[in-house]
Amino acid sequence: MELPPKVKNILLLDSEGKRIAAKYYSGDWPTNTAKEAFEKAVFSKTQKTNARTEVEVTALENNIIVYKFVQDLHFFVTGGEEENELVLASLLLFDAVNLLLRGNADKREALDNLDLIFLCFDEIIDGGIVLETDANVIAEKAGINSIDPNAPLSEQTISQALATAREHLTRSLMK
Amino acid sequence: RKGVFGRSAMAQPFVKKDDDHDDEMEYSPFMGIEKGAVLQEARVFNDAQVDPRRCSQVITKLLYLLNQGESFTKVEATEVFFSVTKLFQSKDTGLRRMVYLIIKELSPSSDEVIIVTSSLMKDMNSKIDMYRANAIRVLCRIIDGTLLTQIERYLKQAIVDKNPVVSSAALVSGLHLLRTNPEIVKRWSNEVQEGVQSRSALVQFHALALLHQIRQNDRLAVSKLVGSLTRGSVRSPLAQCLLIRYTSQVIRDMSNHGQSGERPFYEFLESCLRHKAEMVILEAARAITELDGVTSRELTPAITVLQLFLSSPKPVLRFAAVRTLNKVSMTHPMAVTNCNIDMESLISDQNRSIATLAITTLLKTGNESSVERLMKQITNFMSDIADEFKIVVVDAIRSLCVKFPLKYRSLMTFLSNILREEGGFEYKRAIVDSIVTIIRDIPDAKEGGLLHLCEFIEDCEFTYLSTQILHFLGIEGPKTSDPSKYIRYIYNRVHLENATVRAAAVSTLAKFGFMVDSLKPRITVLLKRCIYDSDDEVRDRATLFLSVLGGDGTLDADKDSKEFLFGSLEVPLANMETSLKNYDPSEEAFDINSVPKEVKSQPLAEKKAQGKKPTGLGAPPAAPASGFEGYERLLSSIPEFASFGKLFKSSSPVELTEAETEYAVNVVKHIFDNHVVFQYNCTNTIPEQLLERVNVIVDASEAEEFSEITSKALNSLPYDSPGQAFVAFEKPAGVPAVGKFSNTLTFVVKEVDPSTGEAEDDGVEDEYQLEDLEVVSADYILKVSVSNFRNAWESMNEEDEHVDEYGLGQRESLGEAIKAVIDLLGMQPCEGTETVPSNARSHTCLLSGVYIGNVKVLVRAQFGMDSSKEIAMKLAVRAEDVSVAEAIHEIVANG
Repeated sequence: MELPPKVKNILLLDSEGKRIAAKYYSGDWPTNTAKEAFEKAVFSKTQKTNARTEVEVTALENNIIVYKFVQDLHFFVTGGEEENELVLASLLLFDAVNLLLRGNADKREALDNLDLIFLCFDEIIDGGIVLETDANVIAEKAGINSIDPNAPLSEQTISQALATAREHLTRSLMK
Repeated sequence: RKGVFGRSAMAQPFVKKDDDHDDEMEYSPFMGIEKGAVLQEARVFNDAQVDPRRCSQVITKLLYLLNQGESFTKVEATEVFFSVTKLFQSKDTGLRRMVYLIIKELSPSSDEVIIVTSSLMKDMNSKIDMYRANAIRVLCRIIDGTLLTQIERYLKQAIVDKNPVVSSAALVSGLHLLRTNPEIVKRWSNEVQEGVQSRSALVQFHALALLHQIRQNDRLAVSKLVGSLTRGSVRSPLAQCLLIRYTSQVIRDMSNHGQSGERPFYEFLESCLRHKAEMVILEAARAITELDGVTSRELTPAITVLQLFLSSPKPVLRFAAVRTLNKVSMTHPMAVTNCNIDMESLISDQNRSIATLAITTLLKTGNESSVERLMKQITNFMSDIADEFKIVVVDAIRSLCVKFPLKYRSLMTFLSNILREEGGFEYKRAIVDSIVTIIRDIPDAKEGGLLHLCEFIEDCEFTYLSTQILHFLGIEGPKTSDPSKYIRYIYNRVHLENATVRAAAVSTLAKFGFMVDSLKPRITVLLKRCIYDSDDEVRDRATLFLSVLGGDGTLDADKDSKEFLFGSLEVPLANMETSLKNYDPSEEAFDINSVPKEVKSQPLAEKKAQGKKPTGLGAPPAAPASGFEGYERLLSSIPEFASFGKLFKSSSPVELTEAETEYAVNVVKHIFDNHVVFQYNCTNTIPEQLLERVNVIVDASEAEEFSEITSKALNSLPYDSPGQAFVAFEKPAGVPAVGKFSNTLTFVVKEVDPSTGEAEDDGVEDEYQLEDLEVVSADYILKVSVSNFRNAWESMNEEDEHVDEYGLGQRESLGEAIKAVIDLLGMQPCEGTETVPSNARSHTCLLSGVYIGNVKVLVRAQFGMDSSKEIAMKLAVRAEDVSVAEAIHEIVANG
C-alpha cells in the first residue's frame, strides 16, 4: 500500500484536447494509445464544464481528476480514488505556469516556452511523489535557467550572487 | 525572456490567431517536426564550441517528440545519450537543467550510465544547490545497487543539507530507491529522522514518508513514531495528512490485535478536524468515517465538518464531502440524515458528479415518506446527465425498492419511464436488471413489471437484452394469472428479429406451452410455423420443442421434458466453454462430468476488494499455477500424486506465516476422494540466503483419520523466486474427515554474497515453525451456483428435506452471522442473497454446492434477530442424498 499521496499523471491539453505536455507516473496506461484514449475521455468529460474560476473535479475509471482551465490551456491532475482531492488540487500547475509565462498563459506561450513547462512538471512531481506544491517556488526553480546564458555574471540578480558567495564561504569554512 | 524558439525569428504571416482561420494554420513552433530531422540536429551536441541556446532548443524538441508518444530505437537513444553527455562541459545552467531532463527521459542502460556518473557526482558536490538537487535526482533514477553504495555517503549528507531543495531531492530519491535497494536506504534512518524535525514543510513531509516506509514492517516502531508525532507539532499540511494515514493504520493494527477499550489516537484525529488547512480536515474526517466499527458518537464531529464543506464555494471541497458522506451512508445512513437538506440543494449543482453523488446519498438515507418527492426531483435531473451517472442512480433506486417494498409502484413507474427513453446498452441493462430484481423480490410487482419488459422488447435494439428478457419471461410468465397475454409479445419476436432473438423466443414459447396446458394447442401451432425459419438454430429448436410438447404425457416423459426445459446446466458456463475448447473431437464423446464445477473466483472483483487494506503489504507471491485447472495440471504432472484420481477441490491459499517474515509460506489444500495433498508455496525473502532441501514436517496427531504417505521436498529456494513443497495424506474414501495439522519448515541455509550472487558451499540446517493448518468440512463442498434457485429447490425431493433450528448467539449484525454460516459451509450464495439490507431484522439466504461424491446440495437459511441482537437460524437442506443433508446439519451443529 502506498501511503504517501500518489499522482498518476499530470496533463496539459489544449482547447481541442490535444496534448501539449503530459507526464504519467503509473502503469495504468502502458501505451501511447492508452494514454491518448484516457486524455480523450478526460477531455470530453470535462470540456463542457466551467473550470475557469474554481478548480473542478470529476471521477473517471476509478480515478479522481481535478482540473482547471486558463485561456486555451486545460490543466489536469489524476490520482487514485483513495486520494485526497485537496492534495491533488494543490498540484495543479496553472499558478506556476502563469508565473513562468508572466501572466500570459495560453497555448501559444506554452508552446513557445515548452522547456519551462517540462521543467515545471519535473519540479512538482518526482516519480509520482509530490516534490513541491508552492507555485512561487516551482516557478523560481523552473525559471532559474531563464537567465540569458550570454549575459555576464554581473547580470545575475544580486540575491543570487550573494547566495552563491555565502555558500562558497561556508563551504570553505567547513573544510 | 523570449521563448526558446524566439518567435520573431519564426515570424509567419498569420502571427495573430484568428478564429476564422483553419486550425491547421495555428502557430506552433513544433509544426511539421520530424524525428529523423531532430536526431540530425542533435549532432550540434558534438560541436567543439557548445552553443547552449541552440542545444537547449534541440533538447526541447527531443523532449517534445518523446512527450507526444514518439519512441526512439535503442541505437537512436544511445546515440543521443552519448552526445548529450558531452554537454556537461558547458557551464550554462539552463542547458544543464535540460540535460538532466533528457537523461531521465532516455533512461540509459546500466553500462551506459557509467559515462555520466562522474559528471553527475561532480554536480552533486557542486556549489550550486540547483545542480546538487537535480544531480541527486537524476543519479538515483539511473544507478544500480553497486554504484549506490559508492555515493551513499553523499546522499546521507544531502538528506541533512540545510538547503531544503537538496534535502527533499535526496529524501524523495530514497523513497524510490527503497523499492530496489531497501537494505541500503534503511541505513539512513538517523539522517531521515533529523529531516522529520526540519523547519521546511516539504522536507518534513518527505522525511516522514521515508521514515515510515523504512519502518513499516516494525509495528512497534510505527506506533512509537505516530505516538510521538501526534503529540508534537507537525508543520506541513501534507505531512499532517500523512500522519493521519499512519495513525489510522496504527489504530487498525491495534484493533486487529485485540486491544479494546477507549480507541487510541481518536482524540488526535478529532483534533485534526480543527486544523487550519482544509486538506487536513478532510483527511481526518475521512479517516474517522473509515474506522473499523466506528460508533455514531465518533462519527458526529466528522459529519459536522463534512456538512459545512457541502456548502463551500469550492467544487473540489463539495465533491470531497459528498463523496465521503455517500460512503458513510452505505453503513450508517442515520448518521448522514442531518445533511439531507444540504444534499437536496446539491441536486442542482453545476458539477454533475456532485449532483449524482448527492442524489444517490439521498436515496440511501431517505425515509419511506420522502421517496415520492425524491423521485420527482430525480426525474428532472435524469434528462441532463450522462449515462454513467444514470446507471449509478438506477442502481440506487433498485436498492431503495428492496428497502421500501411498499413504494414499488412509484419506483417501477420511474424505471419503466426511463426504459422508454434514449440510452446506451449499459444504462438499459441496469434498468432491466433493476426491474427483474424488483419482480423477483416483490410478488405484487410481477405482472406489471413483466408487461413493462414486454413493451421494451417490442422496440429493443440490444439482442443481449432481448434474449435475457425472453428467457426471464419463460420462467416467470407461465406462473402469472393470465399467461396468454404475453404470447403475442413473444411471438412477435419470431417475426421481427434476428436469428438469436428468434431462437430465444421459440424456447420461451415452448416453456409456456409446457407449463400451461390450456395454451399447449395454440403454442404447438405457433411452433409449427417456426420450422420453416431461415435459420437452422431456430428450426432445430422449434422441431425439438414440438416433439417435447407432443410427448405421451406419462410422468417420466414429463419429468424429462421439465428437466430439459427448465433444468440448469450444472457446470459454470465459463468452465464449460474452456472444456469444450480443449475437447479434441475423436471417437470418445464429450463427457460433461469432466467439466470442473468449481465457480472461478472473479479476479477483478478480488483485486478491487483487497486493493486498499494494508494486509496487501506482504501479498503472497503469485504461485506459478493457481486456479483449479492450474492446480490440476500441476498435480497430475507429479508422479507421486498421479494415481490419486480426479481432483475434487483446491482451497484458496491459507497463510502460514505472518506478513513480512523471513520466509513466507502459504498452503493450498487439494482434496481427492481418497487423499489430501498440501501444497506449501514458499518464498525466501532474504537476499543473502539460499535455502536448499526445503521440506515441511507435518504432525498429524490431531488428525486421526489421516496418515501421511509421501512428501516432496523442494530442492532449492533462492531469494524471491517462490517454490513448492508437497505433503500427501491418505484418508478414508468419500468421508469428509477433518483435523488439525502442525507444520515445521526444515531446510539448509547457505549464505549468498549479494554482490556476486554466489552461494557458499557449506550450509547450516535450520527449521522454522509455521502456523497450524486445519482441514475443515467446507473443504469438501464445492461452490457451485444454480441459475434459478427456486426451480432447483423444487426439483429436489421435498420429503428428504431436513430442517432444524439453531441459536447463533449475539452478533454484531445479521450480515456477520450470514457470512459466518457461508464460510463454515463453504457454499455458493445464490441470487445475491448473501447481502443484507443494513436495517433488516430477518433475512433468507440461499446457498448451493456440491458435496464430495458429486452430490448436489441446496440450503435455505432463514435468519432472524431479536432486540438484544440474539440471532436464530432455521436451516432447511435438500440434497440428492439424504445422508448429505444430515452431514450439512452436522457441520452447522458442530460449528
